[in-house]
Amino acid sequence: MMHLIPPAIVPYVLPVVYALVIVAVLPLMAGYIVLLERKVMADMQARLGPMRVGPHGLLQPIADAVKLLLKEDIVPREADRLMFYVAPLVSVTMALLAYAAMPFGPAFQIADLNVGLLFILAVSSLGIYGIVLGGWASNSHYSLLGALRSAAQLVSYETAAGLGLVSGLLLAGSLSMKDIVQAQADQGVWFILVAPIGFFVYLVGSIAETNRAPFDLPEAESELVAGYMTEYSGFRWSLYFLAEYANMIIVAGIATTLFLGGWLRPFPRIHEHLFGTSVELLDALPSLIFLAIGLYCFRLTPRQPVQIQKFVMAAAGGLCLLLAGAMAASLFAPPTVMQGVHGGFWFMVKVMAYLYAFLWIRFTFPRYRFDQLMRLGWRFLIPLALVNVIGVGTAIVLQQQWGWNPRVTELVTLAATIGVAIWLASEDEKPVAAVVAADGE
Amino acid sequence: MTDVRKNGSSDVCTTVLGADEIILNMGPQHPSTHGVLRVKLKLDGERVVDSECIIGYLHRGVEKIAEHRSYQQFAPYVDRMDYVAAVSNGLGYCEAVEKLLNAEAPPRARVVRTILTELQRIASHLLWLGTHALDIGALTPVFYCFREREEILKIFEKYCGARLTTHAFRIGGLQYETYDGFEEEVKRFCQDFAQKIDEYETLLTENRIWVGRTKGVGILNAADAIALGVTGPVLRASGVKWDLRKAQPYAAYDQYEFDIPTRETGDTYDRYLVRMEEMRQSRRICLQAAENIPTGPIMAKVGKVLKPPPGEVYHSIEAPKGELGYYIVSDGTTQPYRVRVRPPSFINLQAFDKMARGSLVADVVAIIGTIDIVLGEVDR
Repeated sequence: MMHLIPPAIVPYVLPVVYALVIVAVLPLMAGYIVLLERKVMADMQARLGPMRVGPHGLLQPIADAVKLLLKEDIVPREADRLMFYVAPLVSVTMALLAYAAMPFGPAFQIADLNVGLLFILAVSSLGIYGIVLGGWASNSHYSLLGALRSAAQLVSYETAAGLGLVSGLLLAGSLSMKDIVQAQADQGVWFILVAPIGFFVYLVGSIAETNRAPFDLPEAESELVAGYMTEYSGFRWSLYFLAEYANMIIVAGIATTLFLGGWLRPFPRIHEHLFGTSVELLDALPSLIFLAIGLYCFRLTPRQPVQIQKFVMAAAGGLCLLLAGAMAASLFAPPTVMQGVHGGFWFMVKVMAYLYAFLWIRFTFPRYRFDQLMRLGWRFLIPLALVNVIGVGTAIVLQQQWGWNPRVTELVTLAATIGVAIWLASEDEKPVAAVVAADGE
Repeated sequence: MTDVRKNGSSDVCTTVLGADEIILNMGPQHPSTHGVLRVKLKLDGERVVDSECIIGYLHRGVEKIAEHRSYQQFAPYVDRMDYVAAVSNGLGYCEAVEKLLNAEAPPRARVVRTILTELQRIASHLLWLGTHALDIGALTPVFYCFREREEILKIFEKYCGARLTTHAFRIGGLQYETYDGFEEEVKRFCQDFAQKIDEYETLLTENRIWVGRTKGVGILNAADAIALGVTGPVLRASGVKWDLRKAQPYAAYDQYEFDIPTRETGDTYDRYLVRMEEMRQSRRICLQAAENIPTGPIMAKVGKVLKPPPGEVYHSIEAPKGELGYYIVSDGTTQPYRVRVRPPSFINLQAFDKMARGSLVADVVAIIGTIDIVLGEVDR
């Protein structure tokens, strides 16, 4: 195969294949994250969620996609037509572009840029233009207010989230996504354990950046109907939706790469071997997980009420068994293949865990008000992130220049940062009380 | 059609300053105006400069219909005013006509009425809590609230066959005897419900975001509340201890022990706490009443055709949302000459502008939710 391709374009073949895979798989993945969200929400709210389309709603995302594609594409008469058309495309393009530097595994990365993290941050924050333009072009009050809110929110929280990431950068000493993961492998510790405050700041900042509850003010349903998306329908609306979920995966990917060890397997120091083979016990875990899910699907199959649902459930089980087989087979393949496949698995597991935290937060908390959101960002998160950067920096200097014990320095700086956080939180309460008193008079 | 981006007000002040105010129409179709309320907001950025409630989208002429129906025929219509508290509406109407007839429901009927009305108060408050929390962005409490409300509706359904617009009472007493196991079911619900309220409170009461969103929002002081004629939990949250169940006992309320919760500030958070406590008190009343339901007839002797003597009567009860009053004028025929309803939602809604002025758009939905209006009752 390879000898048919001219040597000049050989380096581009794999990235193009990866790009096509991402563009093809991402919408499907976004659809299934929506399903996951609805299922998790239903579970937390004492109900079942989608159950009709396919067994346990497994085909719901496909039905939703077909419905959205077939819907009428309405453009308000007084809207700015060109901007109205372009805005969702801007959002979705920027969201997809950010995947170029995202390492899904040691090999699965379109381009390993030396400024990878900066590139992802820059491109994903360009996506906000789509929201602002869409809100403005719709010529509707709700859209306009939503757009204004999202612009202000992004400026505030991009800063906080970016500062949260700096602690990870300091520890890794590189902006290349691949090197950051490699640094965690070399140091033998995930950076969440070294800089938990940085991770926390990024978690909060990234929820706000992706407009998820409790920071979903730009699309606050009970206030602004649907915010910047109010006038959109059909496929354009679904482009915004796709961009939102793509952005969620991106922020989860950044957090995974910087703080959760990227594609690295948990417990790297445990090397127990499976009886009599060279396979490590923990490396067999992905295969076993898929096996368990597959068997569970088969167990549920006879309980499905309709013949077609039985069939789909069995197919899902079969797919899981196939994946389990692939995971198991890769254990006996060359190390690069095995690491590629398993790296991808662990990366996605961590991304999903991060997204689960998003959902959990969403269904637990009420929504912030705009001024409270700004106060939280500027008066709590940004100072905290700055202190954290200083703390982590000090710890690194103390280790490298003075040869202090890394664990001691980390603990001391962490304690200092938490102290500052408590002080900031107590300061945060005072002006609120003052405002209440002034209003009450 | 105009371009909203250039749609400023002609106010000299704003033109000189170069900052335009925008007019935002919330409703009549909006996720959180609780029906077909239309709120016209004048906004400076996100701050409310002026507000106006526009009502009437659900006007059905209930009061006029009454003039062409016999007294019994009109009873089902009142269920459709505050349709989330139909039992309370029915109680108020039946008692008003009984007053006009100089009749009195037998003790057993009065106790059963009290139980059902208090259950209805819990159901109404649960619906309020769920939707109010949803407006403020908490997505989950609404499902927990509906889970418990369902239990109450099941009791209604078993008693009279209907869940929402129940027509549970008749003039002079009750149409139906209670079903077997009614007392036990009410008691079981009340016993389970105590921890359910605590469950809602763990989600909200001390939640930083919830407190931030409700404390100091939509403040209504006692003097303003009285001047505007506000009643119910909204009035009590402003520090006025006024509850018709204590002030002018009706049904069987004089037999039971219960407290009237009040708060001082009169903000959204206080109204939330008052309603939560009211649910606990209603539960207390139900438990006491279900413990000892007197035996005897359930219907007074009022006759098949009601012909009250000429005259007028005003009777009001403490509905879940405030004072629900019926003013009925009789000309001695089988049909009322005039029926006027004093709907708590309508009168409480007047306080909206007072509460909303100077707040943010996000507070507006919190304030609409905290007044607890039902448009069926506002517009009638």
